[in-house]
Amino acid sequence: MKNYMNLELLAISENESFARSAVAAFALTLNPSLSELSDIKTAVSEAVTNCIVHAYKSNKNPENKILLSCQTHEVDGVGELHIQVSDYGCGIENVSEAMQPFFTTLSPSERAGMGFTIMQAFSSEFLVESEKGKGTTVKMIKRISEGGKSEENA
Amino acid sequence: MKISTYVKSGILHIVLDGEMDEYSASSARRETDRLIDLSPPLEKAYIDLEKVTFMDSTGIGFLIGRYKKLQRLGMEVYLKNPNPTADKVLSLGGIYTLIPKV
Ligand SMILES: Nc1ncnc2c1ncn2[C@@H]1O[C@H](COP(=O)(O)OP(=O)(O)OP(=O)(O)O)[C@@H](O)[C@H]1O
Ligand SMILES: [Mg+2]
Repeated sequence: MKNYMNLELLAISENESFARSAVAAFALTLNPSLSELSDIKTAVSEAVTNCIVHAYKSNKNPENKILLSCQTHEVDGVGELHIQVSDYGCGIENVSEAMQPFFTTLSPSERAGMGFTIMQAFSSEFLVESEKGKGTTVKMIKRISEGGKSEENA
Repeated sequence: MKISTYVKSGILHIVLDGEMDEYSASSARRETDRLIDLSPPLEKAYIDLEKVTFMDSTGIGFLIGRYKKLQRLGMEVYLKNPNPTADKVLSLGGIYTLIPKV
């Protein structure tokens, strides 16, 4: 491991922009391309939003927290950003069903059910661990290509 | 997120400006729907995404909701000028089969 950052924040939507920007800023030492940086922001936003809208039923409880932990690694000369987003909310009963594109437990007229699909597509490795009643952890790894140094190779 | 509308060549243009996430979505929904209700009856609407600097899946849900409303009012709906970031999310969400790009 080369570097790490741990962030604990209240699960409210006001914090979404801060959370994704903090991870993007932390990732800068890996010299990501603009498109890699934008993938990171979007994937983090999906994970954090899910904690806010799904994990905790009662809003604004100061106990509703999100734990965001990031590390940078270098594996065989390739920079990697490891991201972990955890909540201590309701958990997911059936993870593989929840990960299906277009699956949502909220109103499908305003929600696409694409969060997990986007996290998967925008990261190099992706894993969801969840226990009903205990909470959910999303783990993502984003590999930063050498091309990141010369802009827009991705 | 700022929402504005104007009519040009008989087409309702809905311009979104800013970051589209769960935080901005609820007021953006309310404001867009209000402006759509104020619009004269037209056959076509363009949703202009050029100034959208960030969008996640909340944005897909937002666009589907507005598409349904505009369709109920008898309008054809198109998306205009998504930047590469929004375009990637929207392509993955299969949105262009529902709301084509102009
Ligand atoms: N942190 C979480 N805690 C509890 N349930 C979750 C969590 N994250 C996801 N889920 C469940 O998994 C489903 C799918 O999540 P996903 O992000 O793919 O879609 P969505 O959030 O419903 O819609 P979208 O992300 O497109 O707005 C959710 O509807 C919810 O039931
Ligand atoms: Mg989601």
